[in-house]
Amino acid sequence: MHDEFLMGNEAIALGALAAGVNVVCGYPGTPSTEVLETVAKRRDGSVYVEWSVNEKVAMELAGGASYAGARALVTMKQMGLNVASDPLMCLEYIGVKGGLVVLVADDPGPISSQTEQDTRSFAAFSKVPLFDPSSAEEAYRMVQEAFDFSEKYRTPVFLRPTTRVSHGYASIRIRDPEEYTVHKPEGFEKDSSRWVIFPRLSFANHRRIEERNALLHDVFSDSPLNRIEQETGLPKDIRKGIAAGGFSYTYVMEARASLGALRTLKVSTPFPFPEKLAVTFLSGLDEVLCVEELDPYIEKELIYICGKYGLKTRILGKMTGHMPLSGENSRDSVQAAVAAFMNIHLPAEPAEEPPPLPVRPPVLCAGCPHRASFYAVKQAMKGQKTAFCGDIGCYTLGNAMPLDMVDTCLCMGAGLGIAQSLNRLEKDRSCFAFVGDSTFFASALPGVVNAVYNQAEFTLVVLDNSTTAMTGHQPHPGTGHTMMGEVVEKISIESILRGIGVSAVETVDPLDHALAVETVRKTAALPGVKAIIFRSPCVALFRSSAQVTIDPAACIGCKKCIREIGCPALSFRDGKAVVDAGQCNGCTLCKQLCPVKAITGGESHA
Amino acid sequence: MRKNIILCGVGGQGTVLASRLISSAAMARRIPVLSAETIGMAQRGGSVFSHLRMGEGLYSPMIARHEADLMIAFEPGEAVRLLPFLKQDGRMIVSSRAVMPVTAALSGTGYRPEEMLAYLSSRVAGLTVVDAEKALQEVGSPKVLNLILLGAALRSGALGLDPEDLKQAVRRLIPEKFHELNFRALDYKA
Ligand code: SF4
Ligand code: SF4
Repeated sequence: MHDEFLMGNEAIALGALAAGVNVVCGYPGTPSTEVLETVAKRRDGSVYVEWSVNEKVAMELAGGASYAGARALVTMKQMGLNVASDPLMCLEYIGVKGGLVVLVADDPGPISSQTEQDTRSFAAFSKVPLFDPSSAEEAYRMVQEAFDFSEKYRTPVFLRPTTRVSHGYASIRIRDPEEYTVHKPEGFEKDSSRWVIFPRLSFANHRRIEERNALLHDVFSDSPLNRIEQETGLPKDIRKGIAAGGFSYTYVMEARASLGALRTLKVSTPFPFPEKLAVTFLSGLDEVLCVEELDPYIEKELIYICGKYGLKTRILGKMTGHMPLSGENSRDSVQAAVAAFMNIHLPAEPAEEPPPLPVRPPVLCAGCPHRASFYAVKQAMKGQKTAFCGDIGCYTLGNAMPLDMVDTCLCMGAGLGIAQSLNRLEKDRSCFAFVGDSTFFASALPGVVNAVYNQAEFTLVVLDNSTTAMTGHQPHPGTGHTMMGEVVEKISIESILRGIGVSAVETVDPLDHALAVETVRKTAALPGVKAIIFRSPCVALFRSSAQVTIDPAACIGCKKCIREIGCPALSFRDGKAVVDAGQCNGCTLCKQLCPVKAITGGESHA
Repeated sequence: MRKNIILCGVGGQGTVLASRLISSAAMARRIPVLSAETIGMAQRGGSVFSHLRMGEGLYSPMIARHEADLMIAFEPGEAVRLLPFLKQDGRMIVSSRAVMPVTAALSGTGYRPEEMLAYLSSRVAGLTVVDAEKALQEVGSPKVLNLILLGAALRSGALGLDPEDLKQAVRRLIPEKFHELNFRALDYKA
């Protein structure tokens, strides 16, 4: 054993390795990404790891590995679980052989997601048991326990950290590699009565699953994962308690330290719920406050238990207006809610009037090729009736002023379908769907096939920066390398599109502004489905040392460079545009649009 | 020893590395550390923070209002934003240099860093303002603001660590060719 300072996601990865995991796959997504990356860094040669093309494929790989008796970990964010839900729903009915842990990171806030969906509710829906860690250290232990549990009860198991657990750091005592469990997969055994899902099998297994989960209510009631922290040092007549789970539990424990210790139920396995333990907790209490994020999950379980056992305890939380319905909890919000619940009056915050603070919306990096791509399409389509359908990735930031080039954004790959329909209903509207290269492989292909076959009309724009930039640069089929460190043949986006039957496929460097505008103008005017691939590497990955400079004598202060493209390296001082040398990547986009050629230097693209 | 430290700034300024250096130094002294920081979209030019807590018996890596013993602010506006987290008698190290958001360049409505600094000095008794332009120039690299601010925090005594602790951490976490430069930044005195 040794101590290491680890991010929650790193702790989960090392826990999985310590449990003898054989196969790890997933699709990147904040806040889950570092789990798989850490496995790739710290694994020995026997562990197979890959970024799969999307979460559905990753889930199927993990299922197959488990069929062969391997221990498998599949990782994704909560949005990815929607993509993977088809195989997972079925897998629960089939069951597993090797331990299968499904890591899904939830994102209260949301900080970097489209929804605040709650994987605990998904667990209840899919009937898959769920472990809900409160800290990096607990997550390290839980992932190991989850593998044993999965094998014992022949079910996939969720491990659900939230952003603050995944991205929080702690010094943790962990096992040395020599102490890791060694798990040898037995191999696949043919048995169609087990591995082939048919209605009859599903009927029989459905009953088995319900019986097992009923048993798990008791198993989890006796597990030390779930526990009651007793009240201490309070007046006898306080008959109140708190129920909490996930990261919110740490807020409650901090509040206990300063406000007084109410009886507290920690729920680490929200599904199946530790029912007997909850009855013990509730007995003798008049009121319970539920402190949790996302859905009022614990709250509803306790209300159900009160009804089932005829308990008179009042359950308070999100549904009674005692806790906020959406967003993250915080130390202060939980402190305030618990104090109000205990009738403790906290001193009011002194009213402060700080000077107005700058708003800092995230922006595309200086020199980001996406800025040039959006700007080229914007210029080419000026004055026309258009719709720009965006997608999920760094390039969602193309919505910001002054670019203002994202009219819709729904979920990965959705822009293709939306663009097809918008044009079908208004034939004079020129529609564009923007996807990144990683998204192209993950979820755009069916949309292209659909469009070509059904005679749709729109322009597909692939923003190919040769990486998965938003989540920290993971390889994908267009990058030519894998997580196992192999250099492989890239899959060509152009060949795929031509193979499907997209008539015009143009590739252009977006940083050659005049050519890019010309290409968009010509291509968008063609009938049917056509594609433009803007190819230029992500600046965060390939930093350039060339920078532009602005000659203050030549600059006429027209602000065109600033007004048109919104590069964070450009600002305006004393009537002239200035470049921040620390940020500029020398992309030369500003240089190409300065009317008086006051900007020089940078790398040449034209 | 118990300490709550907040580092704040704008995505890309190097708060994460600074936080990691403090944690590493504390761990080497066998002090338990919990920390949390901004990861994701906001790293692209948004407001970012690291919370860092050292000591026994802590549950949450997050710091509550009026709980930070020390704030290391890489940007005056961000210092004002997170000021409510500082204790009444807490120490603050702040860089004088503003990072203007793109929106400010567009609309011409920036904010004035002097106004932020004046506000801070009217409320924080233990305030140290680091003249970032001058310091970076004298140390000779635009990339070491984080180490310069850490050095100021060390000398304020509020970090509870020795210079040698941090130098060891630099040796552990930063490639060797940058050691000289980073030590110079750490030792820099205005
Ligand atoms: S060349 Fe111009 S547009 Fe490109 S990064 Fe530098 S300042 Fe920004
Ligand atoms: S576009 Fe050229 S002239 Fe106009 S502000 Fe920018 S640098 Fe100056």
